[in-house]
Amino acid sequence: MSTTDSRPVFLNLLRIRQPVMAVVSIFHRISGVLMILALPGLVYLLNLSLSNQAGFSQVADLLASPVLKLLAVLLGWALTHHILAGIRFMLLDFDLGIDRAVARKTAWLVHVGALLLTAVLAGLIFGVLPGMPL
Amino acid sequence: MSWRASSGLRSWLMQRLTALYIVVFLVMFAFVWGGQTITFETWRAWVAHPAANIALLLFIFSLLMHAWVGGRDVVIDYVKSASTRYVLLIIFALGLGIMGLWTLRILLLVGME
Repeated sequence: MSTTDSRPVFLNLLRIRQPVMAVVSIFHRISGVLMILALPGLVYLLNLSLSNQAGFSQVADLLASPVLKLLAVLLGWALTHHILAGIRFMLLDFDLGIDRAVARKTAWLVHVGALLLTAVLAGLIFGVLPGMPL
Repeated sequence: MSWRASSGLRSWLMQRLTALYIVVFLVMFAFVWGGQTITFETWRAWVAHPAANIALLLFIFSLLMHAWVGGRDVVIDYVKSASTRYVLLIIFALGLGIMGLWTLRILLLVGME
C-alpha cells in the first residue's frame, strides 16, 4: 500500500523528541553505567591509597593530573544526576510528584540541580573554590 | 507477593536500601573529610578505626550490590541474545565479586593492624 510507504519501519529513539522525564530515565541509566565502568578504578585507587606511603602519593599524583580531574568532573555529574534522579524515582514510588506537571518540573530540577552541583564540584576539583583535600 | 528473587521485589528493595546507605555514607564522608588535608597517616588511621572500617566496607559492598542490580537490568534490557547475555552477566558478577574480595582484603589488613 502506498500510504504505508512513508511510515518509519523502525523507531529511531534519537529522532523522537523525548519528554524531559524520559531523558531523566535515560541519563539515570547512562550515569549508572559510567559509574559501573569506573568501579574497578575506584577500588584500585582505594587499595593503592591504603597500601603504603608510596601508594598514597601515587594516588595523589594521579588525582592531580588534568585527565583524571576531568574524569572526576564527569563522574561527579554522573553521581549527582544519579542521586537526584534516584531520589525523584523513590518519591514517585510513594506516589509523590506523580502528577504530570509536577513530574515535569522535578525532572527539570534533576537536570539543572545535577549541573549546578557538578559546577561546584568542578570548582573544588580544579581549585577555583577552596576546600579540596590532597 | 512472593519474596523470591524472581519476583523482583527483593531486587527492588535491595536497590533502594543500598542507595540510601550510599548517600548517607557519602554525606558522612564529606562531613568528615571536607576541607581537611588528607595525609597517608590520617587516612590510614581513619580506615583502621573499626567504625570507619565497617562503614567503608558496607559502602563498597553497597556500591557493588547496587551496581549488580542496576547493571543486570541494563544488560537484560539491551542484550537480546540469551547466550551473550549469560556470558556478560557471568563476567559482570565475577568482576564485582573480585572487587568485593579485593576490598575486603585491604580493609581487613588495615583494620587488623
